[in-house]
Amino acid sequence: MADTDNVLAARRPPWRFDAPQLALTTIRIGPGLMLVAVVIAAASLSPVFLTPRNIGNVLSQSAVIAVLALAQLLVIITRGIDLSVGSTLALSAVVGALVFSSTPSGPLVVLAMLATGALVGAVNGTVFVWGRLPHPFIVTLATLSIARGLALWLSGGQPLQGMPQIVRDIGGGSLGWFPYSGFLVAGLALLGLLLTTRLVWGRWIYAVGGNPDGARRAAVPVNRVVISVYVLSGLAAGIGAVITSGRLNGGSPTFGELAELDTIAAVVIGGASFLGGRGTIANALVGALMIGVIRNGMNLLNVDAFLQPIVIGAVIVLAVELDVVRGRVEQRLRVMKAAQT
Amino acid sequence: MNHPTPPALAVTGATKRFGAVLALDGVDLAVHHGEVLALLGDNGAGKSTLIGCLSGVHKLDGGAIHMDGEPVEITSPTTARAHGIETVYQDLALFDNLDPAANFYAGREVAGPRWLPRGLRYMRRGAMAGVTAEVLSRLQVGIPDTRASVGLMSGGQRQAIAVARAATFASRVVILDEPTAALGVRESRRVLELIRRLRDEGRAIIVISHAMDHVIEMADRAMIMRRGRKVGEVIPHADNRERIVSLIVGGDG
Ligand SMILES: Nc1ncnc2c1ncn2[C@@H]1O[C@H](COP(=O)(O)OP(=O)(O)OP(=O)(O)O)[C@@H](O)[C@H]1O
Ligand SMILES: [Mg+2]
Repeated sequence: MADTDNVLAARRPPWRFDAPQLALTTIRIGPGLMLVAVVIAAASLSPVFLTPRNIGNVLSQSAVIAVLALAQLLVIITRGIDLSVGSTLALSAVVGALVFSSTPSGPLVVLAMLATGALVGAVNGTVFVWGRLPHPFIVTLATLSIARGLALWLSGGQPLQGMPQIVRDIGGGSLGWFPYSGFLVAGLALLGLLLTTRLVWGRWIYAVGGNPDGARRAAVPVNRVVISVYVLSGLAAGIGAVITSGRLNGGSPTFGELAELDTIAAVVIGGASFLGGRGTIANALVGALMIGVIRNGMNLLNVDAFLQPIVIGAVIVLAVELDVVRGRVEQRLRVMKAAQT
Repeated sequence: MNHPTPPALAVTGATKRFGAVLALDGVDLAVHHGEVLALLGDNGAGKSTLIGCLSGVHKLDGGAIHMDGEPVEITSPTTARAHGIETVYQDLALFDNLDPAANFYAGREVAGPRWLPRGLRYMRRGAMAGVTAEVLSRLQVGIPDTRASVGLMSGGQRQAIAVARAATFASRVVILDEPTAALGVRESRRVLELIRRLRDEGRAIIVISHAMDHVIEMADRAMIMRRGRKVGEVIPHADNRERIVSLIVGGDG
């Protein structure tokens, strides 16, 4: 009896029409649909929006948020958060500018920026894991302050002029209208896709976010996985420093102010959950682009600069609401599936 | 029952202390291949601690463990797994955000090439999904969509997935902590059937349960613990139910 049920259940085709399944799929690609809607709205309101030059602008303005958001996504998947990315970016840029003042070597400057970022990330991760802190909020809030302070101290509070050619190219160069930083983001996104969906490490970050205790019992190296996402987030801040200081030809201790909020917003708009274990590279990228498009659209339409943060805030609330709806639909789906078997 | 072969798993003189609490006080336990051993005892008797020491979550303070007659040391979940012991924890330790295959292989993903560090290896997702589907169908676990995340499944299906996962990798011993506690009548039936199938495939099985009916139905032997000690061993049967209960609560002193 029970066994015949089972056999029947196993034979049922998985693709039969299924309303909650459809709803789930819609919600999963929801951020993408929202981006398309925003692009259509911007294009119909402003004739300039879809010109190649403006698209190039949007891409280069979104590049830093996108890079930081890709890494912030990894952190948030493991139930963490990295509040220090903006300050780390500034510190990396200042270190890069200081290195440039004593050597003209482009690769060395880039390396210094990346290493500074990764080092701050390593500190975040290690202090969080080995200090047995209940949540990374505190440690990354502390590094937010410390890294900004170091950047101010090292630079004497002044912007430092000058960056090697290779950095200026990465931050400000373009192939026709398509900015090099856009290629960089695309490359990093592909790498992120490989990491999160194909490599064992990617499986581990989802496992750690879904059930940290279970992951530990399943012999996943939880501590190393957690430290690694903060290192990558710091490294991303270093890459963000290369882009920003290349575009502005110098390093300033004021770079990246409030960037942490933009990146977290991008990841949340992209449907990742603070409860961990959920979120995709593609949607984080969509979230970053959405913020870029909304900003750019508002600029083109001459929307008051003071109004812009309010709009971004409203979009975040909308995105989180979408996540709540997803939770409810999943709950219903679960009840229905349970009833079928 | 006489067994010509040594037990699949034998613990002698198991001792474990948590600060001032002596959670295990010289406990002996043995379970043979193709046998279901029920581990009984009131709350705080030390059952979870004992199986924790066998699954590598705790480390014994004193005592010895033998598997198929050979002495072994179990110091971590990894060593327990390496010895062919798998545990279904009371909370199931499932990853609700992942599908059954990812749950099966969490922490032991099939991936290559081998010269890379484990985390950087490329997963062979097809192979993992294939084995998972094969095991689920062999054990007749009814999962309508094997690509859905486990969080979307019913309590019985989740329990079954946790048991099937253990069955896949346990070459010798499967340990289950209250496998039917959270389940309805029908779902409990399925899990009991599943346990019986594992036994018939030759695994040694240790089950903690408070459900006396289930113990009588599935267990070949029951051992009773009280306050960190083993206080008795019984072949569970409807006729000696009273005796088991009195051993558990210690009513007769
Ligand atoms: N990690 C721990 N730290 C301190 N004391 C512990 C720990 N784990 C268990 N104990 C203590 O050891 C004793 C045995 O606990 P255990 O969880 O093994 O009992 P149990 O038989 O599984 O009970 P239950 O049926 O309630 O699950 C109890 O007194 C408990 O408080
Ligand atoms: Mg217990």
